Amino acid sequence: MAEKFDAIVVGAGPSGNAAAYTMAKAGLKVLQLERGEYPGSKNVQGAILYSDALEKIIPDFRDDAPLERHIIEQRMWVLDDESYIGTHYRSDEFNKPPYNRYTIIRAQFDKWFSEKVQEAGAMLICETTVSDLLMDGKRVIGVQTDRLGGSIYADIVILADGVNSLLATKAGFHPELEPKNVALAVKEIHFMPQETVEARFNVNGDAGVVIEMAGKITKGMMGTGFLYTNKESLTIGVGCMLSDLKQQKISPYQLLEEMKAHPSIAPILEGGEMKEYTAHLIPEGGYKAIPELCGDGWMIVGDSGMFVNAMHREGSNLAMTTGCFAAETVIELAAEQKPFTAKNLARYREKLNESFVIKDLKKYKNMPDVFHANPQFFTTYPEMLNQAAHKMLRVDGIDKKTKEKQIMANFKQRRSLFGLMGDAYKLWRAFE
Amino acid sequence: MSANVKVEEKLFQNRYRVDAGRPHIQIKDEELCASRCETQQCTVCCPAGCYTLEGNGRIVLITDGCLECGTCRIICNDHRNVAWEYPRGGYGVLFKFG
Repeated sequence: MAEKFDAIVVGAGPSGNAAAYTMAKAGLKVLQLERGEYPGSKNVQGAILYSDALEKIIPDFRDDAPLERHIIEQRMWVLDDESYIGTHYRSDEFNKPPYNRYTIIRAQFDKWFSEKVQEAGAMLICETTVSDLLMDGKRVIGVQTDRLGGSIYADIVILADGVNSLLATKAGFHPELEPKNVALAVKEIHFMPQETVEARFNVNGDAGVVIEMAGKITKGMMGTGFLYTNKESLTIGVGCMLSDLKQQKISPYQLLEEMKAHPSIAPILEGGEMKEYTAHLIPEGGYKAIPELCGDGWMIVGDSGMFVNAMHREGSNLAMTTGCFAAETVIELAAEQKPFTAKNLARYREKLNESFVIKDLKKYKNMPDVFHANPQFFTTYPEMLNQAAHKMLRVDGIDKKTKEKQIMANFKQRRSLFGLMGDAYKLWRAFE
Repeated sequence: MSANVKVEEKLFQNRYRVDAGRPHIQIKDEELCASRCETQQCTVCCPAGCYTLEGNGRIVLITDGCLECGTCRIICNDHRNVAWEYPRGGYGVLFKFG
């Protein structure tokens, strides 16, 4: 007879670790399966860690977690081919502990988190891919792995297997992902001396800067770019919706290469040594794309449940929070000696509904549709804004009133007055 | 803009443990790609350049540099011609930083 656990968690990313940690802490017998060589070796993120979600799980994480830099400044750039216009927000409030968010390197961070999970009492087995869910009718009763030569059983299986969510798709819990609901991001990490990072971003100590970018870098595709400061490296990446990439003749790595060559970006990377190139899908379908989240004997957490707030670039915090809620649901039902039926597990969905997770995703539920239907937000507007700034700032003997008229005329010509008003209305409605 | 970039040079920085002879992704029906797929978009979208178009119109898939993202499977939604699994445990790309 194969060994049986209270719970099996598939995957050792932020959601799986949060779930396994919380259940193990409560004394449940937890098995966690990870296909990578070690937790983190298959995981990719920008990466920003928001303290709040982790603090709720491991309050003293700052004592020993591998953190790169705490963020004191956020830049938002809208790029044209040769320029950018943007806002920078920097505050010394962000430079006072406890810090609100950090850059992290996922391979290191996930390994650390996993050590905490194991200290809490969960059993972790790496280098093991779960190939299928074991079913008894409609009920999940365990998993089939490629390594252990057999089946492993549990009362509940938590699917924290990432954006591709193969297991739930295979089991028929949800259909295959649609290109319009997923973005592909490609990223590189460039190493340079710590002093160089600090000089280029005007920071010292462990302080850091993030730059979020939109505009011509995505060639009219719905997408964004980013550049984050780590201790002695920078990560730079660009992501676009797969539905848009599918229409393009430019490869993702060419897109990244052209972004790196932008005259406002190239000097920042100058002299750095590129040490890794990664690609990862981001589930950006939002509220409307959230699949069924639980059924008899199973729950979905993290990326596999579409838990990403694309508007605010949040994901790992939603992952950890959903992992915790799933675990708490299991702990409560176990204490009440109730079976893990779809009906009882619906409590997980209720917890989500009451939290920022669903509230935020719901708030932006129309955002993906608005951006898909209005590509001008990624093409015409970045151009117009940059041209307007250029015109106003260039000193050439033309009076400012005339310049304003020219800018307005250009706006109307490019987008028409109704177009401009309509776009403003659409954004207002979507953000409401 | 910058010259055409070779993805091989990027992938060269990565660490892999290739499961020789056991590709985790396969084209289900090669004939379909050659004759019925007009865009052959996998040759453009794959961030690791695993799919290449041969002179005879056929697509060749070599998964050694695969970053395990899932793009090829999802964009092939008109034909569903990609059989996609994760590599066996411990194999495939091993991110140093992620």
